[in-house]
Amino acid sequence: MRAFAYQRTTQIRDALNLVAQHDGARFLAGGTNIVDLMKAGVESPARLVDIRSLALGEIAEAPDGGLVLGATVTNSSVAADAQVRLRYPALSQAILAGASGQLRNMATVGGNLLQRTRCAYFSDPSEACNKRVPGSGCSAINGAHHNHAILDWTSHCVATHPSDMAVPLTAFDAVVRYETLHGPGEIPLAEFYLPVGDRPDRETALPDGALITAVVLPAAAVAGRSRYRKVRERASYAFATVSVAAALDVQHGLVRDVRIALGGVASRPWRARLAESALCGGPATAERISVAAEVEIAAAKPLRDNAYKVTLARNLIEAVLTELAADSGEERNG
Amino acid sequence: MNPDGITAAVGESRPRVEGRLKVTGSAHYVADLPMPNLAHGWMVTATVSHGRIRDIDATDALAMPGVLGVLDHRNARRLNPDVAHHFGPDRSLPMLQHEVIEYAGRPIALVVAETPEQARAAAAALRVTYDAEPHDIEFSMNHPAVRPASTLFGPEADTGDLEAELAASAVVVDEVYHTPEESHSALEPHVATAWWEDGHLHALDSNQGPFGISQVMASLFLIDPERVHIRAEHVGGGFGAKTVCGAQIILAAMAAEHFQRPVRVALTRRQVFLATGSRPPTEQRVRIGADADGRLRAVHHHAAFALSPLAEYIEWCTEQARTLYAAPAIRTELSAVPLNLLPPCSMRGPGAAPGSFAFESAVDEVAERLQIDPLQLRLLNQPVVSPVSGRPFSTRRLVQCFQEGARRFGWAQRDHRPRVRREGNLLVGTGVAAVAFIAGVFPSAATITAEADGTFSVRVGATDIGTGARTALIAVAADALGVGTERIHLHIGDSDIGPAAGAGGSRGTTSCAFAIIETAKALREKLVDPARPVTASVDTTPLINWQPDEERYTYSAVFAEVTVDPATGEVRVRRLLGMFAVGRVINPLLARSQLIGGMIGGLSMALHEESVRDPITGRLVTADFAGYHISAHADVPNVEADFVVDYEPQDPSGFNGLGEIGNAGTAAAIANAVWHATGTRHRTLPISLGRVIEPAAAHDHPGAVSVA
Ligand SMILES: Cc1cc2nc3c(=O)[nH]c(=O)nc-3n(C[C@H](O)[C@H](O)[C@H](O)COP(=O)(O)OP(=O)(O)OC[C@H]3O[C@@H](n4cnc5c(N)ncnc54)[C@H](O)[C@@H]3O)c2cc1C
Ligand code: SF4
Repeated sequence: MRAFAYQRTTQIRDALNLVAQHDGARFLAGGTNIVDLMKAGVESPARLVDIRSLALGEIAEAPDGGLVLGATVTNSSVAADAQVRLRYPALSQAILAGASGQLRNMATVGGNLLQRTRCAYFSDPSEACNKRVPGSGCSAINGAHHNHAILDWTSHCVATHPSDMAVPLTAFDAVVRYETLHGPGEIPLAEFYLPVGDRPDRETALPDGALITAVVLPAAAVAGRSRYRKVRERASYAFATVSVAAALDVQHGLVRDVRIALGGVASRPWRARLAESALCGGPATAERISVAAEVEIAAAKPLRDNAYKVTLARNLIEAVLTELAADSGEERNG
Repeated sequence: MNPDGITAAVGESRPRVEGRLKVTGSAHYVADLPMPNLAHGWMVTATVSHGRIRDIDATDALAMPGVLGVLDHRNARRLNPDVAHHFGPDRSLPMLQHEVIEYAGRPIALVVAETPEQARAAAAALRVTYDAEPHDIEFSMNHPAVRPASTLFGPEADTGDLEAELAASAVVVDEVYHTPEESHSALEPHVATAWWEDGHLHALDSNQGPFGISQVMASLFLIDPERVHIRAEHVGGGFGAKTVCGAQIILAAMAAEHFQRPVRVALTRRQVFLATGSRPPTEQRVRIGADADGRLRAVHHHAAFALSPLAEYIEWCTEQARTLYAAPAIRTELSAVPLNLLPPCSMRGPGAAPGSFAFESAVDEVAERLQIDPLQLRLLNQPVVSPVSGRPFSTRRLVQCFQEGARRFGWAQRDHRPRVRREGNLLVGTGVAAVAFIAGVFPSAATITAEADGTFSVRVGATDIGTGARTALIAVAADALGVGTERIHLHIGDSDIGPAAGAGGSRGTTSCAFAIIETAKALREKLVDPARPVTASVDTTPLINWQPDEERYTYSAVFAEVTVDPATGEVRVRRLLGMFAVGRVINPLLARSQLIGGMIGGLSMALHEESVRDPITGRLVTADFAGYHISAHADVPNVEADFVVDYEPQDPSGFNGLGEIGNAGTAAAIANAVWHATGTRHRTLPISLGRVIEPAAAHDHPGAVSVA
């Protein structure tokens, strides 16, 4: 048994200090990911600083009309929040499509963003994995990679980011707020996850020892007309094979605003900007939706055994946008 | 009611007698049972698929707190290299005997410490190095090492002139089907606690048949079988994985002897995946020739499965081809391919489950080519006697299963053309498949004592792995003795009781019921003497007719309805109905639950389950429930199982086993329904979304939407 220290704090500053002062100290939120990884021998923090008693457990209105999700708000609470369901329905749907009721009751906003990949080689310390041990090699690239990345991977790592929640957050231009001993900071989610490059172990732009305090959802009318659809290898309790968060705002027959993000396809939630610009400004016809989907996945580079995910991503973008377009049509006519 | 006014217990739906204990957490499984002075062993398994252990450096591990020692091939006691198991010689059982590794997951060491945590930490500190050698896990029926499978279950079929009948057929289906390696995944991980006392080996072990395991352990440790005492009172499922003598008990017994104190070895979920048996992958070629009216002329089923060179094994896939339908020519062949894989062991309808997927898919393909109703085709070809042996069937109510199932399922309304039913974006289809599952009994012994207080102590070496066997056997004993169930005290799960069929081969309950009934008969003769207690014992070995004039099977017809989203490849089962002819049913409540569980296992096999190995290292990648997908609740639809009235004439009470038949048949019914929905035949399991998804051009757009 590997011993580790456990400490609970109520002050952000204390939490930051504890992590700064002790080598190998880590924050503990819901524990649903880090504790599993400790059991598997992937993580071995010397100290866990429990942040669940910090005053970060609220969902608040932002001055600009958006929402501020405190870092320790549970995934269940976000999904159930009336404002989230009204103004950002895809976020609620995404969270509910993930994990299980019990896990969502423990898991937090901050922990969800920082959960590690589900690549099976990553969680088995007896396998080579650049993400776990930089320079040891990537077992998946020529191994079992049926559910690995199709976009933006490098020869150093082909893993995907597993979070459902992060996909609509990416579509909605959410911003991560954090605190360090040197003061607070903000990173747009679009820049939060680093490209894989040659250091897949470096996953985010969060400064060392920083504590995520909140995720800010900017006001966006389009987000109210959003959907999340997740395809996975069974009906529930599985990570996404491919998922899509999309929002569509059609005014006078023209797409005024559209947001599309994909999960399960890359090392980070994938904002489908090419598809968005292909659609924006024109009518939401079946042809234009189909072209938008094609444009986005043109850059996909499937691995030996996951070409089906390219088809799936394409079809899913098309299916979700078609549904959203039909909804806007009904609203107009109804 | 019998003459004494006691309601017959057999035939009544009664809940499990141990149900309350289980749901309140007070049923004690092996790992719950305390043991003074217990030490804990942590199993270490090989991370190469083939090679030799160069070194196991235990220096650091031995210096860690609580560590008692490390057993490996250099210091472990010698075991009998010539030990055998159900299927024949099994060289995988003597563990820690030498440095050769034949499969990844092979136990190579046991670290023993005062606590499981200490043992685990020390195990992580072992430094194992290997000289890896090239391994081979590339399974194919054309593999150069392919050989005929063992014929322990009897010779394969060969009647009629196969090639001539095929040549004379109006249509010939000739297709190849694949099923993957699968893992049993019983809820309770394998665990054993072993100790030695005066040269006797005692063990509490989670297994499916303590008597059988005790015999193997005696042979392995070269001691008198009388000196081995194994108990398995509550077992949290097995699905076949606990029919074999497991690493947990072998290692625990070795360590208990070495360290001279009781040792428990409890496997983790990952270790269960890595080191306990699997269902082997199969490749099956089926050729069926038929006349234009649907009458079958020729049936040829050649199935191959993988095994380990260490252990004999039989995945008897060819049973359906020789039993289900009449044809002038029937040939079956069974081949085995030795590879660097985990030695397989029987899993949920072994042989029948993968075999019926291939065979009943092929039968459906015949109907497809002839454009006739697949159910009609099946009814048209029902044999009067066994099509291979010519012997009659003791009972065969398959037609009733088909007819009643079709009625309840609404089969008559089915449009037999594929890809014609749509609901929005979804394609909808239905399918059917049949199963014949061999039935019978294995030798078992029972002892019944009529106690002075009017109760009866019934002892039989049965195992209840969660099926309800205990509850069923109490009912059987009560009726056989003509008393109420409250007067029966049943003792099971103990090798000391004597020979008994394990909970396997769908024969545990029937075999033990037979023994109880015969013993009750013997006891009733003695009961005229008023002296109590009085005891009778019967071993059914001499009573079993191994050459009956009639063939004994159970039957089922399974109906499935699925939806398929061609844009995403998602397949969902909407309805499953199984009609079963399984002899006289002892307890309809428990029987239905067993069958429904089996059908869900079949659903899981059809759509989800697949052990994936790394193509380069041969190691298992799906060694946890995040990677090895079993159907979740949301995948399990409306599942119904029911019985047609049946009675098995070969059994004194009309019983037959029903442990596994629920599983077989379901995958084929679902695969046939997927074909009906999509028009595409899936010949490889699981039917996962990556296999089903259609490119945009192929699936029809749900109507262009424009809000312009
Ligand atoms: C069986 C299972 C199934 C799952 N299925 C899904 C699924 O389908 N979809 C999905 O999206 N997810 C799924 N998950 C993952 C789950 O969503 C994450 O485990 C969870 O969101 C992590 O949150 P947590 O609060 O428990 O994080 P923790 O485990 O406590 O922490 C995770 C990491 O984040 C760090 N951290 C936590 N909070 C902060 C903070 N405020 N500032 C800085 N660092 C912080 C921790 O130090 C740690 O490194 C599943 C998990 C399990 C176990
Ligand atoms: S894909 Fe990434 S996480 Fe998986 S083995 Fe390769 S480097 Fe490790």
